[in-house]
Amino acid sequence: MFAYFIRRLLATIPVMGVVALFVFSLLYISPGDPAAVIAGDIATAEDIARIRAKLGLDEPYLVRFGTWLWALAHGDLGVSIFTGLPVSRLIGQRIEPTLALTLCTLIITVAVAVPVGVVAAWKAGTWIDRSVMGFSVLGFSIPVFVIAYLLIMLFSMQLGWLPVQGYRSINEGWWPFTSHMILPSVALGTVYMALIARITRATMLEVLAQDYVRTAQAKGLSSSQVLIGHALKNASVPIVTVIGIGIALLISGVVVTETVFAIPGIGRLTVDAILRRDYPIIQAVTLLFSGVYVLINLAVDMSYTFLDPRIRY
Amino acid sequence: MSKSWRFPLRAAALGAAAAAFSAAVLLAPASALAQKTIKFIPEADLKSLDPVWTTAYITRNHGYMVYDTLFATDAKFQVHPQMVDKYETSRDRLTWTFTLRDGLKFHDGAPVRSADCVASIERWAKRDVLGQKLGEMTESWTAVDDKTFRLKLKKPFAYVLEALGKPSSNVPFILPERLAKTDAFTQVTDATGSGPFKMVKAEWVPGSKVVYVKNTDYVPRKEAPSWAAGGKVVKVDRVEWLYIPDSATAANAINAGEVDWWQQLPSDLVPLLSKNKDIKIENTDPLGSTGMIRFNHLQPPFNNQKLRQALLYVVNQQDYAIGIAGDPKNGMPCASYFSCGTPLASDAGSAVLSGKRDLEKAKALVKESGYKGEKIVVLDATDQPIVHPQALITTELLKKIGLNAELQAGDWGTLITRRSSKEPVEKGGWSIFHTWWVGPDLATPALNAALRGAGEKAWFGWPNDAEMEKLRDAWFDAPDLAAQKKIAQQMQLRAWVTVPYIPTARFTVPTAYRTNLSGLLVSPMNLMWNVDKK
Amino acid sequence: MSAVSTEIAAPRSVSPTWRGFRDAFRRHPTAILGGVLLLVMVAMAMLAPWLWTVDPQALSPVRRLKPPSGEYWFGTDMLGRDVYSRVVYGARVSLTIGIAVAILSTVLGLALGMLTGFVRWIDAILMRVMDGLMSIPAVLLAISLMALTQASLENVIFAITLSEVPRVVRLVRSLVLSLREQPFVEAATAAGTGILRTLVRHILPNTIAPLLVQGTYIFASAMITEAILSFIGAGTPPNIPSWGNVMAEARSLFQIAGYLILFPGLFLSLTVLAVNLLGDGMRDALDPRLARRM
Repeated sequence: MFAYFIRRLLATIPVMGVVALFVFSLLYISPGDPAAVIAGDIATAEDIARIRAKLGLDEPYLVRFGTWLWALAHGDLGVSIFTGLPVSRLIGQRIEPTLALTLCTLIITVAVAVPVGVVAAWKAGTWIDRSVMGFSVLGFSIPVFVIAYLLIMLFSMQLGWLPVQGYRSINEGWWPFTSHMILPSVALGTVYMALIARITRATMLEVLAQDYVRTAQAKGLSSSQVLIGHALKNASVPIVTVIGIGIALLISGVVVTETVFAIPGIGRLTVDAILRRDYPIIQAVTLLFSGVYVLINLAVDMSYTFLDPRIRY
Repeated sequence: MSKSWRFPLRAAALGAAAAAFSAAVLLAPASALAQKTIKFIPEADLKSLDPVWTTAYITRNHGYMVYDTLFATDAKFQVHPQMVDKYETSRDRLTWTFTLRDGLKFHDGAPVRSADCVASIERWAKRDVLGQKLGEMTESWTAVDDKTFRLKLKKPFAYVLEALGKPSSNVPFILPERLAKTDAFTQVTDATGSGPFKMVKAEWVPGSKVVYVKNTDYVPRKEAPSWAAGGKVVKVDRVEWLYIPDSATAANAINAGEVDWWQQLPSDLVPLLSKNKDIKIENTDPLGSTGMIRFNHLQPPFNNQKLRQALLYVVNQQDYAIGIAGDPKNGMPCASYFSCGTPLASDAGSAVLSGKRDLEKAKALVKESGYKGEKIVVLDATDQPIVHPQALITTELLKKIGLNAELQAGDWGTLITRRSSKEPVEKGGWSIFHTWWVGPDLATPALNAALRGAGEKAWFGWPNDAEMEKLRDAWFDAPDLAAQKKIAQQMQLRAWVTVPYIPTARFTVPTAYRTNLSGLLVSPMNLMWNVDKK
Repeated sequence: MSAVSTEIAAPRSVSPTWRGFRDAFRRHPTAILGGVLLLVMVAMAMLAPWLWTVDPQALSPVRRLKPPSGEYWFGTDMLGRDVYSRVVYGARVSLTIGIAVAILSTVLGLALGMLTGFVRWIDAILMRVMDGLMSIPAVLLAISLMALTQASLENVIFAITLSEVPRVVRLVRSLVLSLREQPFVEAATAAGTGILRTLVRHILPNTIAPLLVQGTYIFASAMITEAILSFIGAGTPPNIPSWGNVMAEARSLFQIAGYLILFPGLFLSLTVLAVNLLGDGMRDALDPRLARRM
């Protein structure tokens, strides 16, 4: 088990390498020039050329890639071209909001979607099942920003219950934090909830049809015991897999949600950096994303051994 | 709610407030007591801190927070001393001696010395258009003593004060010498200045939040504020710039009272806020900004003067004004190459642009130009709400007069990179792009870089017009305003023929603030002193 | 590879008949509804010029932001363009993106997936590349691509496809891996059938059903992704209207001119709904066990 874990961890290195090379090359051939963005509208071509030279953007591809890798190997993510601040600090400032947003979304989603999926499977074919499935298809069909605007309009502007925008750290108190998190998490979580409710229902249906569940029912166990104790436990592996994959899918939603709710997170940082060609930030953040993605996959695989003792590594 | 019912409620609220206040007086530490914080949504995200390194307006506005200037221009275009106490000019107008006023201190506690001023001006003069002109005329800058410094010119220059009091990008802000010694093409990342606010760098979250606190050591001038001239009296303790990228969210935030002041609200959203009695919507920018269609003068087909002229006859400034500003109240035609509302603005020869639109005339000019169907590439930046509508309108217009126009959509980063290409469109070049400059930047021949005809050394688009350059030089030598006006008119008449660019529309962007704020200054730059919060 | 794939039951080796299709659809009226709705949208896209539309590009700032009326059925946007015409023509772009991404990513994914499933050394390399690709969010990829060249329909299709392909490859690979162990495949191999022939004759037919289902889901999600890309400014260029960019351009006005978002949003959601319903129906008809894998 431990050896497997280490092997998997080592296997992430080539993946990250692929990403690093890909992103760096993409940025290198892209025509955007941070020096032009920096100089501003009124500057002349000469100004831009001199700023380029000062920033070292004139160096050949391999030299720049080498310099970057070398620094990376020493744990140095570089300095933002625009703000002059270390990239590690910029990312550090932004991690908490994104992490909070993702975790809250995850919690809300799992808390809502799994029970709903279980109930839908249990009451398969009834109106409860149909409406759950109907809502989940609808959840897939509305872009996240529309949901976000509708939520703000209803809960912030009409009812005045929740703040419109912004982020409060949990250090500033439980309610300020939660009140700023509810709407973004629900907006972001809608698609995700739809996905997980569906997968839970489908998996449960399959498990419920199996012999040992029938046996358990025949033995006179209560339906909740059967549902939770037997069926859900056995259905948990695919559900956890989808939850894991879902986190990766959340990223594009995170960018939009952070924009609409003005949350200073990683997603916004990345889009801003791309729009103004702040290379060191783009490179670092993409690596971060792929690292997190790989680790989540690993965590999901590891969780199987706890959920299903038959699985061994 | 009836009046009789409201009164006791309000009295109760007052009582409660008074109780809370006295409790606060008794219990709270003095610093927390008077904390007045303005929460402000700026026009853009503050990306870099060095107002010489970049011409970005947001960095200029940041500059006005933390730095001070030697001179400043007021609303009547008069230049007044700001950090300077007094100055004298020798009889031959070649030597200028400046003396700093008392009590000037940098945020790190060091006094402002002559050496700081000299180094700052010299760095600025390497980058700014007017600064470079001053630099050409300069023999030397010398620090006489800690508070006195001297400028020696090679020949008399009429715009020394205009240069040192230049209101918009790049502004000659005064930095400490240790920072001002930085190469003009390398960024200064330390925001230590001597201005009325101090930046709290530890709380800076680029892309989201910039925090300033009152500089309690700042000694304002006694005069009333007018633009950046006069006394910079800070009436609050703290200012937070909160960048909200989504304008719908920004509107909701100010409506809900989460922020106090939104610098630039898209005029389409005015109806959303005007219903709220606690919000005031005003125009604090007296000059507004001007949009422009910029041609590539090096490459066909717009290297042909006739084809540029053709467009003059169909551009409808009203369309652009509404396209950019939405509400006709905030967008207006301005058929002048110098910002309307400034002394040099005129309607000399403007009829070609402001007169009746003439599609036939335009088509005839296209024919005369010998246009052979060459592809025209219009650059569009979809992330720029002022560039984007102009690009769409112009593209439709080009098609209407029978030109083969293609819109190339990208972001601003792509646009300003691509526009530096002098290649043909097939090799990554361009034919037309749009942008906009604020009023002060187009006010005089010295500042209006888009009007220049310096060929390949000119601003992007590279018009080659020796005649225009000659007129510009003559303007610098003009003895008085009447002579300046005359030359400016000649330049404008020339421009209607050579068409270096076409001014599309003048527009203002309204500002919105909650009624608990007062004392907002009317100025083309966003200034935050003099503003109080209840 | 995750543990789940080992649990996937082998699909039947016989491809389903059309009768099976029809019967199943009869049991799933919602799928029929979805199919009809989708057909209507496709017809609308193809017949756009004859549906009382005007040039969707024609702008006239003076008649901007007119609410829906007899003249402008869906109102006009901030540059005075006719929203009805933009929505009808937008169907072309949005559907093109959905269909193109679905076809490209299933075909590419099928080819690469079969390759990885059968050739060991390719498997190791390709799956690392796929992992890498999968870990770069589609949104970031699309913005980078837009910065790389310019906003264009092809770029949006390419960016979304690139992020969908790895998922298809994984699906196909897992199918191939389990099929490979099936007696009928082993028998074919033992009889000396070449790899290519085995792939085409025995493996390919069995991947069609799950891929069809997967394809419909990709179809649906690609259209939503396009809308999201437009929102952050990396979508289709503004001179060709898509449902996504019509909504995105008007997003700041949603409280003032809600119809600008409502109409394109309604068409987008209806179409996505239709495709999803169709996909659900197909899944149930072709292979109920697929429900698990989405």
